[in-house]
Amino acid sequence: MRYFFRRSLTIALALWLVVTMTFTIMHLIPGGPFASEKKLPDVILRNLEQRYHLNDPLYRQYGDYLINLMRGDLGPSFKYENRTVNSIIAESFPVSAALGSLAIVLSLSAGIFAGTIAALRQNRWQDYSIMALATLGFSVPSFVLAGLLMYIFAYKLQVLPSALWGTWQQAVLPTLALAALPTAYIARLMRSSMLEVLQQDYIRTARAKGLSEMYIVLRHALPNAILPVVTYTGPLIAAILTGSFVVEFIFAVPGLGRWFVLSITNRDYTVILGVTVFYSAFLMLLNFIVDLLYMALDPRIKSLDLKEV
Amino acid sequence: MTIFHFFINRKNERYCLVLLRRNNLFLLLASLIIVILASGCGGTKQAEKGTKDQLIRYNVCTEPETLDPAKATGVPDGTIMLQLFDGLTRYDEKQEIKPAIAESWQVSADGLTYTFKLRDAKWSNGEPIKAQDFVFSWLRALAPETASEYAYQLFYVKGAEDYNSGSGKKEDVAIKALDDKTLQVTLEKPAPQFLGLTAFYTLYPVYEKNVLAGDNWFTDPAKYISNGPFKMVSWDHNQKIVLEKNLSYWDAANVKLNKLEIYLIDAVDTGFNMFNTGQLDFQDEVPVQEIAAMKDKKELQIAPDASIYFYRFNVTRRPFDDVRVRKALAMAIDRKQLVDNVLMAGEKPALAFVPFGFKDADGKDFRQNTGNLFDENLAEAKKLLAEAGYPEGQGFPRATILFNTNENHKKIAEAIQQMWKKNLGIEVSMQNTEWQVYLDREKSSDYEIARAGWSPDYLDPMSFIDMFVTKGGNNKTGWGNDEYDRLVAEANSTSDQKARMEAMHQAEKILMDEMPVMPVYFYTNASLIKESVKNVIIPPFGFYADFKYAYVE
Repeated sequence: MRYFFRRSLTIALALWLVVTMTFTIMHLIPGGPFASEKKLPDVILRNLEQRYHLNDPLYRQYGDYLINLMRGDLGPSFKYENRTVNSIIAESFPVSAALGSLAIVLSLSAGIFAGTIAALRQNRWQDYSIMALATLGFSVPSFVLAGLLMYIFAYKLQVLPSALWGTWQQAVLPTLALAALPTAYIARLMRSSMLEVLQQDYIRTARAKGLSEMYIVLRHALPNAILPVVTYTGPLIAAILTGSFVVEFIFAVPGLGRWFVLSITNRDYTVILGVTVFYSAFLMLLNFIVDLLYMALDPRIKSLDLKEV
Repeated sequence: MTIFHFFINRKNERYCLVLLRRNNLFLLLASLIIVILASGCGGTKQAEKGTKDQLIRYNVCTEPETLDPAKATGVPDGTIMLQLFDGLTRYDEKQEIKPAIAESWQVSADGLTYTFKLRDAKWSNGEPIKAQDFVFSWLRALAPETASEYAYQLFYVKGAEDYNSGSGKKEDVAIKALDDKTLQVTLEKPAPQFLGLTAFYTLYPVYEKNVLAGDNWFTDPAKYISNGPFKMVSWDHNQKIVLEKNLSYWDAANVKLNKLEIYLIDAVDTGFNMFNTGQLDFQDEVPVQEIAAMKDKKELQIAPDASIYFYRFNVTRRPFDDVRVRKALAMAIDRKQLVDNVLMAGEKPALAFVPFGFKDADGKDFRQNTGNLFDENLAEAKKLLAEAGYPEGQGFPRATILFNTNENHKKIAEAIQQMWKKNLGIEVSMQNTEWQVYLDREKSSDYEIARAGWSPDYLDPMSFIDMFVTKGGNNKTGWGNDEYDRLVAEANSTSDQKARMEAMHQAEKILMDEMPVMPVYFYTNASLIKESVKNVIIPPFGFYADFKYAYVE
């Protein structure tokens, strides 16, 4: 309970820091939400600034923002008339989350599977082809892969739709494009950790007992070899959820990634803040949950953590 | 318990074992993919049909910022609303102003009072459109609390600017409904461009009841009442907006299309792919790298665009304070080569500032009437540069071309950089910045040479000419000329088209003699349109396309 309270406090503090830093940097960069190639008459600009309280002193804007934030109100978008940041997030996050979850599930299952096979068939063709694929998946940027997938499956073969979101067919290509890199990474991670585990004494003991190879791998080796992958899952979720912009853009998926980039080009202040705060809060919450799970799984972590904090 | 304990029950173990032994896993994986792909077939094939049902699938290439006519400012937003609304007037395929909701109109002899007679037109919910609807809508656009960016489009109206700035009263704005079908507007001073503005979205009427009822009427398709050829059915953000024929439209007999799907896909390459696989019929942008390959295909349609691409010189900095330097630079580039080899979308070299497509007093084209206002002339350019003190470019101060990050701007800047180097012996460097940083630097005159573009607000050369009045908000070059200012004021104070146009011709000549800006080319509109799609109007400014008369063959 004490731990829970402390952690919540740390998260709140970190969020406050995120808001403050984003707010400061955002107002430091040149431009503004109403900058345009055509000069607006001063009267018009004044009306606009008044409407969005941009003519208030910055500390007031900052204070107002914090107060609204505590009420859960992220404010209106300056650029997208009459859409609130809350509604933007409510509409686009579920899409990103669905795409992200698919990619995470795919990369975990495919990565662990491929890595294990590669380790078991070390220095044979299976190993070489898996590792070659992994190197490829690791080094090809997602926008190239996305373009390639679209070219092959949507343009040449015409078996899958090129873009948009809503049906499961439309989810296939973006999921593949998004999952490629983490799959490759997990496969490599899995392979090396599996190789290491397979040389342990207890594996030899198991073999000496005459257990089947399959049983040894699944029952004795995998649970230990998997640990580095589990550790990687946290950053993986973060990377997939924040890194989906390019894939979402290419496949015209209406997710949250675009708002991250778009809001900055537009200087859509409330959206920049809202999306950043939302992501930070989400990631901190995930980490918190993961830590709680660790504690539930392994009592040793609990005692350690308490001492350190 | 971990997920893996669950995974290894006895049955599974044996199953996996068999697969592993036989090395069949890859086969399994491959067959799985094939199954997925095979069942995926349904999705795309379905999109192929539909052309028979008078449906056009069009990609406007971005999510609109708003579909509230009073607040919109973007071309995509305007294009969507053009299908949904009719103003008092509407442009036809020859870019002539035609009656729309207004059946006829009269302009007083002094050019100040416009009296519009409205026809019996209806909203998409069947209710009649009254003159009072226009009064309500225009005053709404002007209200300071609406904070409309384009409210200034109405500043020609007497009392409008005062009301918008808060110093005048709503009642004093000279927009009056004489009766249900008669609308009278009085202008501050003569402005022949006002009539064309009544076809522009800021001046569209909006449905009063829904506007007063709440703020989300224009984000909710169910509440979106309009008065144009089409009405809104659905709006999936960042995906598509679906419109269908508006049966209550006064001119519904001439609308052949039943359905218009407007896609909001910003990835131009993805749209190009969808166009090629029959999932789109029309996209108003062509990927830059595909233009050369598409050149001879009928699907690539190139329409004129009344916009100019030019470079600004900062005349407050040396050596650009010297008119000879500015002229020398402008004369020393080969625009034809640039247009033919770098841009390749049929752009026209610009040797004057006002683009083609504006009517002169005699009804002919403003640009064609005067032709080029300067020549590309290498010998002359070298001479001017030598006179300015930089023979063969010697001692020319280091200058930088500023542009916002964009592949096309970069290519153009590189070409011009090469031409200046080769032709004049001048070295300039290039700098690209993010859009808003670029705008900021241009505004604060923190540049030597800056790339720029301009498209008109209304179909009149004044939209270009009044940019460069001394200290004007869109001037940004530091240049000023009393005679120029006088000519602009003169043109703005008369309703005599002949005198207006003459003053603007003279002003443009001064601008080109002094060359604070270097014209590069006049834009074109390149779009991808399936050959089966007919009768789409592609306006030269303000909107990408008008589907009112469009149909599928």
